[in-house]
Amino acid sequence: MSSTVLPAPGKTTTAKAARRGSGQAVRITALVLILAVVLYPLVWMVGTSFKSPEEIVNNIGLIPREFTPSNFSEGWNKFDVAFGRFFVNSAMVAVLTVLGNTLSCLLAAYAFGRLRFRLRGVWFAIMIGTLLLPGHVLIIPQYILFRTLGWVGGDWPYLPLLVPHFLATEAFFVFLMVQFMRGIPRELDEAAVIDGASAYSIFRHVILPLSRPALVTTAIFSFIWTWNDFFRQLVYLSELKDYTAPVALTLFIDSTSESSVGPMFAMSLLSLVPVFLFFVAFQRLLVEGINTSGLKG
Amino acid sequence: MAQMPVRPTEPVPPPPAATRRGGRGRRRREDVAGYVFLSPWLLGLMGITAIPMVLSLYLSFTDYSPLIDVGEAEWIGLDNYREMFTADPSYWHAVRVTVTFALVAVPLKLAAALGVALLLNRAFKGIAFFRGMFYLPSLLGGSVAVAIVWRSMFNREGAVNSFLGFFGIEGAPWVNDPQWALETLMLLAIWQFGAPMVIFLAGLKQVPAELYEAAAVDGAGAWRQFTHITLPMLSPVIFFNLVLETIHGFQGFTSAFVLSGGTGGPVDSTLMYTLHLYNKGFVELNMGYASAMAWVFLLVVGLITVVLFNTGKFWVHYSDNEER
Repeated sequence: MSSTVLPAPGKTTTAKAARRGSGQAVRITALVLILAVVLYPLVWMVGTSFKSPEEIVNNIGLIPREFTPSNFSEGWNKFDVAFGRFFVNSAMVAVLTVLGNTLSCLLAAYAFGRLRFRLRGVWFAIMIGTLLLPGHVLIIPQYILFRTLGWVGGDWPYLPLLVPHFLATEAFFVFLMVQFMRGIPRELDEAAVIDGASAYSIFRHVILPLSRPALVTTAIFSFIWTWNDFFRQLVYLSELKDYTAPVALTLFIDSTSESSVGPMFAMSLLSLVPVFLFFVAFQRLLVEGINTSGLKG
Repeated sequence: MAQMPVRPTEPVPPPPAATRRGGRGRRRREDVAGYVFLSPWLLGLMGITAIPMVLSLYLSFTDYSPLIDVGEAEWIGLDNYREMFTADPSYWHAVRVTVTFALVAVPLKLAAALGVALLLNRAFKGIAFFRGMFYLPSLLGGSVAVAIVWRSMFNREGAVNSFLGFFGIEGAPWVNDPQWALETLMLLAIWQFGAPMVIFLAGLKQVPAELYEAAAVDGAGAWRQFTHITLPMLSPVIFFNLVLETIHGFQGFTSAFVLSGGTGGPVDSTLMYTLHLYNKGFVELNMGYASAMAWVFLLVVGLITVVLFNTGKFWVHYSDNEER
């Protein structure tokens, strides 16, 4: 059902049509102006990344007069560890988080959405409760717990960042997938049950293949949120070589010299590229993902 | 006009297996299967959420630094809470900053989102482009990188002041000015209005066009149509966005950290609650105190959610419950 909000044209007089045309022009002009303001910081960021230190102070225009790509090499090699390492660390954390979230949330969602077991309603209510639980509240006891387990610091300090995601603690995604699975016709399960299929093989052969759209949405949002995440990474990563890109970027803030502004912008810009590419590739899905998770239920 | 098609799966039919032979066995098996699939989540609920919550409640009554074992934490009763409410001026500062942030930035963000959604809510070529572009800041805005850009833009010598200089206006040092630092932070939040906007757009699509046609026939102008049709029909979506953005707003950390270089300054003007909590717990290593802060935060956010849901009854209009 595709109903536009526009009233049907019908017998419009030319005057009316003209008015609508000019209304549309005003509307689009307004949108373009707002968009220019909204996008200005991002465009300015791109421009500044290529400006020399003098231009950063003197030239407030968007386009650099003198193209200075050396900001990138300078930023890349600014610290004792090459910036590439921080990107690799970020990518690793993000990819493993995606894996953990999709896998564990899918399992939980199948139980909540399709199986009837004792106390299901109680657990489901608790899960919804954790949806609204502010994550910052738990950071201290979790830190203590992980430290007691010997996961904080050490050679590979990423366990505290990753393990929660393998235990379906991101209730938002569980909820999203439950909502999705409720839309899969139950007749499919019932037919499979008559054929003697167990809950496990229904999961494997019916639910898993049909849940692909929800899995993709979860994967994309997991990646973007983890890539942008700062709070947890700030808490758990203490060695320079283990830093992720956002944590490493804060090192620039401390050095206030004029000459480091260009490299700081260059590395900031680079750190946004993966999210931007995801945005370009999955724009539709991202926008629809918000809608399905946000509005239904 | 047809309502949303009712899903064929609902209402749930009585479980057929229970009446059949061997039904009991099947129920048992489904019980087992249910808990097998639920086990990672259950483990997470216990280990990552429930036990830490209890632990932090205990710690909030102790003097605890992470340099010692939890068992050695000294029990000090309500001292942390007492200090928080009576002896830590920064605490009240953080409360004020956070509440101001939520009360000002959230409504403005939602207003911006609704305004642009209304402009976009007409079928025209390029709507997908605009929608995507307005949404982009929501994806990027929470990052450290964008906060760094914001910080430079609103510096004394930043782009904003250069721009104002064009018109002969002498700008403030924004992020370094206690008068303006919080406003700068709020502006960054409002800039990310794209996510609620997308939700508003979806909501606007659900408003039946006949309502507007009928109102137009009755001679209602654009403003009356907006206040009498759009707003009531959209109220569930407004409510949803309000709850989401308020909870989100209370937790702002990254931008405050970057804009103030981790201090919440100048003069505590951007000291968001979570930033104060972080500094107490992980910089001053006063984790008992930070735990007390966390619990108060949890209770207050919970209370606000409950209040929002209760006031929602008075102004949120659910058309599904009505007889048609």
